[in-house]
Amino acid sequence: MTKKTEPATAPELLFSGADWDFNTLKATYDAIEDIAINDLKLDVYPNQVEVITSEQMLDAYSSIGMPLMYHHWSFGKRFVRDDVMYRKGYQGLAYEIVINSNPCISYVMEENTIVMQALVIAHAAFGHNHFFKNNYLFKQWTDAEGILDYLQFAKRYIAKCEDRFGFDAVERVLDAAHALMEQGVNRYSHPEKPNLAAELERERERAKYEDETYNDLWRTLPQAEKDDEDLDEMRRKMRVEERRAQFGLPEENLLYFLEKNAPTLQAWEREILRIVRNIGQYFYPQKQTKMMNEGCACYVHYAIMNSLYDKGLISEGAMMEFIDYHSRVVFQAEYDDPRYSGFNPYALGFAMMQDIHRICVDPTEEDRKWFPDIAGNNAPVETLKEAWAHYRDESFILQFLSPKLMRDMRMFLIDDLSSSPHLEVAAIHDDNGYRKVRRALARMHDISVREPDMQVVDVDLRGNRQLYIQHTEHDGIRLEKSEAEMTLGYIGQLWGYGVTLQAVDNETGEILHEMNFTPEDLANT
Amino acid sequence: MLYIVDRRKNPKGKSLGNRQRFMRRAKAQIKKAVEDTIRTRGITDINSGDSITIPGKTLHEPGFHHARRGGDRNYVLPGNKKFVPGDRIARPQGGDGGAGGSQASPDGDGEDEFQFTLSRDEFLDIFFEDLELPDLLKKSLKQTTAFRTARAGFSSDGTPANLSLVRTMRNSLARRIGLRRPKTAEIRDLEEKIAALQAKAEKRLSSKLTKPDEDTLHGLLADLEEAKRRMKAIPFIDPIDTRYNQFQQIPDPNTQAVMFCLMDVSGSMSEQMKELAKRFFMLLHLFLHRRYEHVDVVFIRHTSRAAEVDEETFFYSRETGGTIVSTALEEMKRVLKDRYPTDQWNIYAAQASDGDNYSNDGAKCTALLAEDLLPKCQYYAYIEITDEREAEIFSSAEGETALWKAYAPVARTNARFALKRVTKAADIFPVFRELFAKNRAEKLSGVKG
Repeated sequence: MTKKTEPATAPELLFSGADWDFNTLKATYDAIEDIAINDLKLDVYPNQVEVITSEQMLDAYSSIGMPLMYHHWSFGKRFVRDDVMYRKGYQGLAYEIVINSNPCISYVMEENTIVMQALVIAHAAFGHNHFFKNNYLFKQWTDAEGILDYLQFAKRYIAKCEDRFGFDAVERVLDAAHALMEQGVNRYSHPEKPNLAAELERERERAKYEDETYNDLWRTLPQAEKDDEDLDEMRRKMRVEERRAQFGLPEENLLYFLEKNAPTLQAWEREILRIVRNIGQYFYPQKQTKMMNEGCACYVHYAIMNSLYDKGLISEGAMMEFIDYHSRVVFQAEYDDPRYSGFNPYALGFAMMQDIHRICVDPTEEDRKWFPDIAGNNAPVETLKEAWAHYRDESFILQFLSPKLMRDMRMFLIDDLSSSPHLEVAAIHDDNGYRKVRRALARMHDISVREPDMQVVDVDLRGNRQLYIQHTEHDGIRLEKSEAEMTLGYIGQLWGYGVTLQAVDNETGEILHEMNFTPEDLANT
Repeated sequence: MLYIVDRRKNPKGKSLGNRQRFMRRAKAQIKKAVEDTIRTRGITDINSGDSITIPGKTLHEPGFHHARRGGDRNYVLPGNKKFVPGDRIARPQGGDGGAGGSQASPDGDGEDEFQFTLSRDEFLDIFFEDLELPDLLKKSLKQTTAFRTARAGFSSDGTPANLSLVRTMRNSLARRIGLRRPKTAEIRDLEEKIAALQAKAEKRLSSKLTKPDEDTLHGLLADLEEAKRRMKAIPFIDPIDTRYNQFQQIPDPNTQAVMFCLMDVSGSMSEQMKELAKRFFMLLHLFLHRRYEHVDVVFIRHTSRAAEVDEETFFYSRETGGTIVSTALEEMKRVLKDRYPTDQWNIYAAQASDGDNYSNDGAKCTALLAEDLLPKCQYYAYIEITDEREAEIFSSAEGETALWKAYAPVARTNARFALKRVTKAADIFPVFRELFAKNRAEKLSGVKG
């Protein structure tokens, strides 16, 4: 007579309460993996989830999130600062750290609740992991297989140098190299991916042949051609061109130039410049895709957690807890809010991903006009995966920021011109403004615009070996003066001779102002 | 595919190397900050670490960045409520360019001040640096109190190595008796009896026992079975029997000391002089704290009158008026009598002064010292703090102050009394060492014991 009202196969909750153990962690991971791989069809590196304490999280956090890093005081500085902030409660710890490596390593903290662990696994082990593996910049510029080995090599090498040459000597080189880290990446040409075996071999070779290598800076033979008074302009120009070609000038990668050409550096000093340069290069794609990468991870964790709930695998309480974390992460303060500090990459990224999802599934007339290719294609995940693979923040915004989202976030554009005594609202979220706002927001996410345009342009081979570095000024935006002076000093230290920094106008090519570093300055440091 | 790795057991403090490099780098600032802290911090607090603040500028990491102002730029902001294109907004004054400021420099994190916590060892290292202590002594002063291991009864759990056999067996025996566990001998006895009866049966032609013997055999067999069951059910040694020797860490030596700080606070003692005195008292406290579990501090200041005060008043208030040193000694005598009986307390005193005293007071001081104070004290040190420049001028003339003249004879006749001159921070430790040198301490304990 009795009738079963519930289906016999009603799934059990993965967990209840806040505590976790390794069994629930594993079961939760499996359920998440099922959704990520079978429903979302994500393509990821194998995962390694590491459970750590909050103190270990602080450690990892302060060495730019890598599990292995060479020692330097600036990491110690970051550590003591984060430590105080954390202990005083001004700042929580990062919930997770994830490393672009194969296997992909994600750290979870033991203090987290199981809901938080689920969120972190969905976010990092699947969201970020998929992004790392598929985005073209990461594919092109980073080597997930080799990075941990390379860092191990770097750490040992620098420790060895400290033993042999002393802390101070190594610190001097690292300080200088760190100051130039932003200018130590190849932006356009393909770099070689660091490969441990080859690196070691190359390092050995370099040490061996360093003394024998010919360096044009040391040429003492007389020039074949005398500097005649009447040497015509053409030939002089040709000589300059020849010289520049010989040094591969202009060179935007200042660290690379110094590593190869600075006359007085020791072999180990060159190697340290190379290490810093390689690490800078490894992180370069992350800087260019911050917003997309976080947006992707947030979209993935949101989709997965909702799916877990829909399948009856997590309770309503767990879902509430998740939504609380989630909404704090993707919160965007408005410009007049005291909490405002620019666009939150999590908020903008997540909003854009959700918006693309909407355009694919439920487009308006406006969306069809703006995004004819994807509107209503009913394939939101495929569309997003395409986008994650082929864009970086700047091009992604340019391609996908919709009028609806601009309206939702009520974006507006401010012109701040030096000739004007006041700021002016140049565009808002209306028909006339969409394209302007979108273009400006994209530019704000373009690293090549945000970071100054620096190049090595010439070396005075026949005189005092003065090095010439050029800053191309766009829109009259100058360098921060005191910073530039200090950095120039560091270049001078590495170069060993005088350095001139020239600011030139990007349109006229006219030299606007100059800054000098002389060998006497070097003697005084 | 998933690997879950538990890294919690990995050694922590991976960034210790970075922290040390940071400390090296910021050494000058940290040292200054520590000096400031010493100035404001109580004598008894020296034993712990502290949080300090240093300027962030010196730890700045430069790079080529765009200036925050100037030039033509534009930026997108969220949250428009009322603006329409063409609206003009006054350029925000000061700050970082207001609305767009944080946008213009997304990486510019504020680094004006930098606060962090020094560990106790780091703090003491820097504290000692000025005092120029030899490394060996630094180590022994930094060590926490020495502990002596003493028996502390028995506990029901512990490591096998600490198992107390005697106690365990005693409990086991009591339990076995209490629960009536059969002894092995009893079982053997039963078995023998059964065997004897069975042998008896075999000898008979019918191979059967007589009725009484038969009954006895059945009784014995039942007894044996019961005995074996009991033996199984009641183990020889049960976990509840086990007892372990317990040990306790007891600080050694386990006694108490009181330290009297006496100082002239009249106008002639400058801030720097008090600073030096404070360093001396701190070092003395550290030293006593190392030897005694409990150390009390009594502050007595005086001008022409003396009073017991708190530390704050002792170092930071300034009085005017004449100087009569004997009032301080009287006050010490009173406090001693009221609160610190000699049989319970080790008594130390340190007096810091610039040496000025009211002209007729010297003899009174000497008498007080010799008759009332020194017999009760373990040790009494007088530090005369002189201005660095004055010291140079007077060093040749052996410029003796009133107090020095009065005290010098006492020092010659009494081993528990010593006097020294200090002019700068670096002098403090050498003076301290001389005052508390080991052989002197031995001599003292000889006197006392």
